[in-house]
Amino acid sequence: MRSLAAFVLAALPAAAEVPPDRAVELEHIVTQDCGSCHGLTRAGGLGSPLTPAALVHADAAGLALIILDGIPGTAMPPWRPLITEDEALWIADYLKKDPTP
Amino acid sequence: MRIAPLFALALFATPLWAGADGLTATGDLGLVVERATGSLLLIDRSDHAAVARIEGLGDLSHASLTYSPDERFAYVFGRDGGLTKVDLLTRTIVARTVQAGNSIGGAISDDGKLVAVSNYEPGGVKVFDAETLALVADIPAEGKTIGLVDVPGRRFAWTVWDSGDAFLGDFSGTEPQIVTLGNAGKNPFDAVLTDDAHTYLIGLFGEKGVTAFDLWDESPAPEKFLTDYGKTGEDMPVYKMPHLQGWAFTEGQYALPAVGRHELLWVDRASQKTVATTAMHGQPVFVIAQPASPFVWVNFATPLNDVVQVVDSRSHEVVATLTPGKAVLHMEFAPRGAEVWISSRDDNKILIYDTRTREKIGEIAAQAPSGIFFTARAHRTGL
Repeated sequence: MRSLAAFVLAALPAAAEVPPDRAVELEHIVTQDCGSCHGLTRAGGLGSPLTPAALVHADAAGLALIILDGIPGTAMPPWRPLITEDEALWIADYLKKDPTP
Repeated sequence: MRIAPLFALALFATPLWAGADGLTATGDLGLVVERATGSLLLIDRSDHAAVARIEGLGDLSHASLTYSPDERFAYVFGRDGGLTKVDLLTRTIVARTVQAGNSIGGAISDDGKLVAVSNYEPGGVKVFDAETLALVADIPAEGKTIGLVDVPGRRFAWTVWDSGDAFLGDFSGTEPQIVTLGNAGKNPFDAVLTDDAHTYLIGLFGEKGVTAFDLWDESPAPEKFLTDYGKTGEDMPVYKMPHLQGWAFTEGQYALPAVGRHELLWVDRASQKTVATTAMHGQPVFVIAQPASPFVWVNFATPLNDVVQVVDSRSHEVVATLTPGKAVLHMEFAPRGAEVWISSRDDNKILIYDTRTREKIGEIAAQAPSGIFFTARAHRTGL
């Protein structure tokens, strides 16, 4: 796990900066598109729960990598074609911090 | 003073929205799921109008619903495990139970007596009395249940995502009789029953292919087909699972969404051989036959979800590409096919198209609409 963490830290920026307009779009993507599998309240569905409580032990950079590259062999697709690394990290931070609707 | 209470009763009993004669009929009504606000929009198909909003239904992401045989009541299956019975005449919630932590859909028995719900957490199927929503049977499963359909004779079929096992439950007697149909394959994501209740088709996500069970057979065995589509190319990410409810059966063919491919697959119903492939705009989600026509209509997964395409089932050619609005989530046809109603989640609208001219003939405001359900579904098997 340490080597993975090191790789993650090397691969992704430490903090995510996205323009406010894009942040609104990303929030919409999380609610609507992630919500297709993880639920609008992120309580889970075909995908696992993504509430702050469920992600309390998850590392934001690791989450961002899952968002970008998906989990092979599962229904979690890679979002790298649609969002940048900064945006994935922003989503990871958002998931960990933002109270669900 | 004897008149006053009677008058009050009459006011209460006469719906405010009813016609001049004080009566209303439900045959051309429908409900639209407003997924983000946990509400339903009651729509009048003939008037192209929204007539009421019913609120308080919980998390309606991926919500679906079925209708009672008299088309008066809707049973709404919410993501949060909520099962809600809605009265279309009084426009109110008449019963509601949060019956599981996480659920994915449901079905009503052919006689309208039982409502079954397919649950993710805890996995299994729960069956309720359609009148009272009292629990009638609880059938646990070794994982998330998907593809729950009604089968004639007060039966239901369902499949388990984690194990791939498919089941047929008979609830016509005093005790439910559950039989294992067999194993469908790796990670079945949805299933559908053909309109003649002959074939239970299960789409696979964990491997290529579709598995069919012949429900007219006394002891159906799994038959797998489409096992090698797209094997020459790299699969693309699937940003939204295709839905099989509403899979098109037309011209003796199944029109099926390829998984991980921007293609429609045409399979001969009798031989289960692939007869054609149609290149599409994106990952198909819903593939729905326009009633009484050779055409199927297709919508797509994000980010290519502002387009709807129409395909001719004879030539397998795309004959129209429409851009109804942003984030098209669902399409529902008038029962005889004259109109199609299309939900555009991000434009907060329902678009109404004439299916012959393929021109937009109306629109209705709705809050982040997803599924559209006309009451005519009450009389269709497998919906």
